[in-house]
Amino acid sequence: MYVVDAVPRIQHYTIDALTLDCGRTLSPVQVAYETYGQLDAAKDNAILLMHALSGSAHAGFVNDTGEQGWWYDFIGPGKALDTERYFIICSNVLGGCSGSTGPGSIDPATGHPYGLRFPVITIGDMIRAQKCLIDSLGIETLSAVIGGSIGGMQALQWAVDYPDIVRSAVILAAANRLSAQGIAFDEVGRQAIMADPCWQNGDYYDGTPPRTGLALARMIGHITYLSEESMHEKFGRALKGGDGYGYKFSEDFEVESYLHYKGNRFVERFDANSYLYITKAMDYFDLPDLTLIKSKMLVISFSSDWLFPPERLKALVRTLRRKRKDVTYCDVQSSRGHDAFLLEVGPITELLSGFLDNVYGR
Amino acid sequence: MQRFDQDIIVNLIPRGARVLDLGCGNGDLLTKLKRSGVSDIRGVEIDDRCIAACVRKGLTVFQGDIDEGLSDYDDASFDYIVLNQTLQVVHKPTLVIQEMLRVGNRAIVSFPNFGYFRIRWYILTKGQMPKVNFLPRDWYDTPNIHLSTISDFQAFCRTRNIAIERLIGLKSCATGKPVAHFQNLLSQVGIFVIMSEREIPN
Repeated sequence: MYVVDAVPRIQHYTIDALTLDCGRTLSPVQVAYETYGQLDAAKDNAILLMHALSGSAHAGFVNDTGEQGWWYDFIGPGKALDTERYFIICSNVLGGCSGSTGPGSIDPATGHPYGLRFPVITIGDMIRAQKCLIDSLGIETLSAVIGGSIGGMQALQWAVDYPDIVRSAVILAAANRLSAQGIAFDEVGRQAIMADPCWQNGDYYDGTPPRTGLALARMIGHITYLSEESMHEKFGRALKGGDGYGYKFSEDFEVESYLHYKGNRFVERFDANSYLYITKAMDYFDLPDLTLIKSKMLVISFSSDWLFPPERLKALVRTLRRKRKDVTYCDVQSSRGHDAFLLEVGPITELLSGFLDNVYGR
Repeated sequence: MQRFDQDIIVNLIPRGARVLDLGCGNGDLLTKLKRSGVSDIRGVEIDDRCIAACVRKGLTVFQGDIDEGLSDYDDASFDYIVLNQTLQVVHKPTLVIQEMLRVGNRAIVSFPNFGYFRIRWYILTKGQMPKVNFLPRDWYDTPNIHLSTISDFQAFCRTRNIAIERLIGLKSCATGKPVAHFQNLLSQVGIFVIMSEREIPN
């Protein structure tokens, strides 16, 4: 039924109605997802993977547009998420803009895109949508829920909300709440979007989207994903042309040029309103009570991550340890900042494959 | 190499005990404990390669520095806290031992015994820091900063109201033969089971 696709294909599941934390009901809700590997007869080899802010359901392999998945190096035969053993599911988050229902989707009540009429969603709402998808696939237990950054928040929420379904949870570069600094950066990003005249209070879908604002939000965000050290290593003070200063306010430095490139590329594929909604969900996320967790947990921080510094993750692990949860913690030495959860293939693979071996059984 | 010190520690710990191993390395002792049926076991280790090795063995471990203390653990939240062949490398042995006795009902501490006669003889005859089979490294190349003797540790416990429930002197880790008399002179390794004075059962 679930065949290994050499080229993964995006699939869709429609939920009739989803009641949200804010009290409103969203109907219908579409969930875009990809799967890799095969679900075994006992249906106990499923792993749910969750993407970060700008990710999509396309996590592994190369799709028909030639694009590598956002965790390409970790998914496939013999990789950390071994597709010969596990059935991996990754869906686009509720509120996103890569196939799942979000503020850019058509509101059936008006026939126009929701815009700001889309309800404010939470991490809890996101996983409730994922739970509907899992149910539709006939999966009753998940070998693991795995995610980095906002994906890690979702993994944690899964472990709290569905303790009897989740056998293990892997949280990379995330904690049980976003710090004041994280909220601050999110708010600056949102203000950049909302200050763009093209934003039009969210109703820009018939005209020009707020490209400048969204690109700026992405540039700010991107700085928080890198580290001082990685920026120094990657760019230093290198000049773009190499011919000295231009004595103008154009791009002189490589680092400026890089941020502009990242910002401009982002607006091609991301919806500004989704950025508002998803960052808001991230800000609201706060799970003080972890008592209900039953799953085995692996928590991984990265030494140079300053968006989710090791101290924040250690605090999470301490809380879990005090409650005698089965939690393993590792701080991976890396100069690559928050983005390390996408880049440190060697150390993450070593930890993740060893951990999953013991959850799933050799 | 067979580690008889680990086997002896495993035998000291009853099934059903809650155990925390400080400086658990590659998880060898924890694995032996697990095989012997002790299931509620945790490790603390500073080295990330060791953490990965422990994860592969299915152990629950926390990457951290034991010199930072065990402040996030509640009092008496473990039955046994183990510090096997690690006391000599910690920066604050007094704090570490105090914390072990706060968090654990009992602590098991093992260390290389600097009172062993070959070590005494080495210093006496050569006048240099001893290099022997169980302390093989040069003074400038060793992680050991708090070497002590069995007798030192007994005095340490006496002055701090720490009760020694058991002392096992081992002729060597490789044979596992216990030393019956003159333990400070004839043992390469000392293994202590200690607890707070006030908690001694009558």
